[in-house]
Amino acid sequence: MMRARGADSHPESWLRATDGGLYCVPGDFHVDPHRPAERAVITHGHADHARARNGKVLATPGTLAIMRARYGAEAWRESQALDHGETVRIGDVTVSLAPAGHVLGSAQAVLEYKGARVVISGDYKRRRDPTCPPFEPVACDVFVTEATFGLPVFRHPPDGEEVAKLLRSLETFPERTHLLGAYALGKAQRLIRLLREGGYDRPIHLHGAMGALCDLYEAQGVPLGPLRAVGDRDKKELAGEIVLCPPSALSDRWSRGFPDPLTVMASGWMRVRQRARQRNVELPLILSDHADWDELTRTLEDVGAPTVWVTHGREYALVHHARGRGFDAKALSLVGREEEDET
Amino acid sequence: MKPFAGLLERLVFTPSRNGKLRHLQRYFAETPDPDRGWALAALTDGFERKYATPSLVRPLIEARADPVLFRLSHDYVGDLAETVSLMWPGPAEAARENAPLALSDVIETVREARRKEVPALIAGWLDRLDPSARFALLKLLMGGMRVGVSARLAKTALARYGGIDLDRIEEMWFGLSPPYTDLFRWLDGTGPAPAVDDRLMFRPMMLATPLEGEDVARLDAGAHAAEWKWDGIRVQLAAHDGQARLYSRTGDEIGGSFPEIAGAADFDAVVDGELLVVAAGEVRPFNDLQQRLGRKSVTRRMLADYPAHLRAYDLLFEGGEDLRALPLDARRDRLAALIARENKSWLDLSPEVPFASWDDLARLRGDARAAGIEGLMLKRRDSTYQAGRPKGPWFKWKRDPLTADCVLMYAQRGHGKRSSFYSDFTFGVWRGEEVVPVGKAYFGFTDAELRQLDKWVRDHTIDRFGPVRAVSFGLVLEIAFDSIQRSNRHKSGLAMRFPRVARIRWDKPVAEAERIETLEALVERAAPDLVAQ
Ligand SMILES: [Zn+2]
Ligand SMILES: [Zn+2]
Repeated sequence: MMRARGADSHPESWLRATDGGLYCVPGDFHVDPHRPAERAVITHGHADHARARNGKVLATPGTLAIMRARYGAEAWRESQALDHGETVRIGDVTVSLAPAGHVLGSAQAVLEYKGARVVISGDYKRRRDPTCPPFEPVACDVFVTEATFGLPVFRHPPDGEEVAKLLRSLETFPERTHLLGAYALGKAQRLIRLLREGGYDRPIHLHGAMGALCDLYEAQGVPLGPLRAVGDRDKKELAGEIVLCPPSALSDRWSRGFPDPLTVMASGWMRVRQRARQRNVELPLILSDHADWDELTRTLEDVGAPTVWVTHGREYALVHHARGRGFDAKALSLVGREEEDET
Repeated sequence: MKPFAGLLERLVFTPSRNGKLRHLQRYFAETPDPDRGWALAALTDGFERKYATPSLVRPLIEARADPVLFRLSHDYVGDLAETVSLMWPGPAEAARENAPLALSDVIETVREARRKEVPALIAGWLDRLDPSARFALLKLLMGGMRVGVSARLAKTALARYGGIDLDRIEEMWFGLSPPYTDLFRWLDGTGPAPAVDDRLMFRPMMLATPLEGEDVARLDAGAHAAEWKWDGIRVQLAAHDGQARLYSRTGDEIGGSFPEIAGAADFDAVVDGELLVVAAGEVRPFNDLQQRLGRKSVTRRMLADYPAHLRAYDLLFEGGEDLRALPLDARRDRLAALIARENKSWLDLSPEVPFASWDDLARLRGDARAAGIEGLMLKRRDSTYQAGRPKGPWFKWKRDPLTADCVLMYAQRGHGKRSSFYSDFTFGVWRGEEVVPVGKAYFGFTDAELRQLDKWVRDHTIDRFGPVRAVSFGLVLEIAFDSIQRSNRHKSGLAMRFPRVARIRWDKPVAEAERIETLEALVERAAPDLVAQ
């Protein structure tokens, strides 16, 4: 691994948390800026990382496709695609994008300057995701990590078990529509793939907010099987079917008209019963695109960076743990990050 | 442990009664003996004691986890058993084992174990289980399942599972004990009905049908007896050979909360009546009785402040003789004789209310606005005692409700079919310049009205907290209620009994809603026992 040599080359001196997000001084660019920046490196397509109206955007082809689908002509002035494994120079900084295993196109931004290397991991997870390549640990001097599920109570169970709960419920309640709330980008498509792997081959019905992103995944080579858009008139006929919708739609007026709807929600927050009950969820599925506690702590060891900066989530617990393990850790407060699992 | 953990999870999140029943039935069908029986005992509070306490469990996690991380986690999650189950070191998935840990292994081991062996046993089990099963294990041993399953619901699931009458299960319930192997064998059709000693068992009650005002004229006044309808809880006292059990209407045994009755019934009879708090000859408001309900231990102070009383109105058995086929008049004569003979301070007869005509009785009903009286009961003098709610022989004739125009303050999202609707309404009345809450109503409106109310709430929200919305004061609800009592549950110091929405007053300005003084005037004092004699 490379080591920072002089004080001026330590990332403390050239990578800053600013009001606009993480800013790389020698490259004059932001990573995941939360307001429009002249030059931006985007880790992935979630709205709290990829915003509209940046000047020049560098991202993976998958992320660019998502941004284009979401923002159209507003997405950027100019874009540059960078595949995993390629490098590009921006100013004096060498930039590459390593897989983050979070959603389609998601990447860690790897920045090298004067022999020091920083990895900004964006959002990531370590378990298998059939819709994107797995997280790749990259040795570095400073590792910037999220901490969405940064408490030891958050330990996501195996995906298969969670999907099996849904399939069991469909058997027990064949007369009820199963309204499945899931984040529209990433979680929805991963769930569909997991259901297909679990042997579910019936058509899956989609809320209006889901269609475009599912089409995009298919166009990017992620087959999702038979999908149907839900019209108002069809609702009555959907007894015993799965209808996928954004979590906010579960308590929305839209959810009326289905036969005896059973609300299902797929999110890492479902691990805590009280949170699931607050949301009136009848079948909580613990399924997240973010690393759980075990994945977060394992990743610190796998990456082995002596310095760790913790961004959004429950920073305090993870910083405490990392220090106990001998890392030089601190919390880096970045404005504008949301708990996207929560919507 | 895993199937039981899955059941608990499904039960806690399933809001509807029917859904819970389906989950229970499926569990009974899929789970072998004796595990399903132990699960049934856990759900119906059937264990003789708690096997673990928080002070036993907490050191186990403190020895294994960083104290700062434990504190942060406990703060976040709230529940100790859940926090421990989630952060217990070990894999997030259970190791595949040749012999998975069965519910019966746990129960049988822990019952045999000495107290000081229990912590090590629990730790060893926690090491083998996944988080959801760890949670189930801890709740099993610590109690407090809180999955929304009453004993009645569990028995209903058993009845449906076995395709037999719920009454039969209720009757034999107190003769059965965990793990209920003989019961399940009978339900499965592979064994005979369990034989139980029936002298102390619960007999399903006879219930009355409601009577609307105009119907009364069609009844034969001479063929009916009238009694006050008491505002307590309906109970059945079964006493035999120095032992007694006090059952609620649903067959739950509540004698432990009322030792002055259950511990003092030394006769041989099954008595049907109303459980009340009566002090110095006065029936106290229902609120007083509530202080006594559901208590595992009763202090001397409770006994003195809220003395329980049984006001009897029917006799089902006496000296082993089944009286249920006798006419009501004959049963009441036997009951009156028994009460006179036994001469207990906590037992009296609910007297007949004499009346000359239905008009006469209607007048009495209209005037009966004392605490402890909900209206009248009309019973055919020749009626036999039949389980369930037969149509006709018994009527309840409730007094007309009171009403008040109240201001809508908060609305909460409902559950199940109502989960997309704001359907639970908190309302209040004026006190000076402010509105103070006096009650909460969940029903009384049609589906179409619910839709309108829901829209109104969404359009007038000024604040949200979780599933609750605060609304601007702009809608008046006419609330009907049976009575109003002092209470410290609400800021107003008042609480309504059985409030429901009578009408939505879209037309009425909020300034014209009721004032607190008006409601205070309706509070019932424990009026002298106004039983007309
Ligand atoms: Zn994300
Ligand atoms: Zn994020």
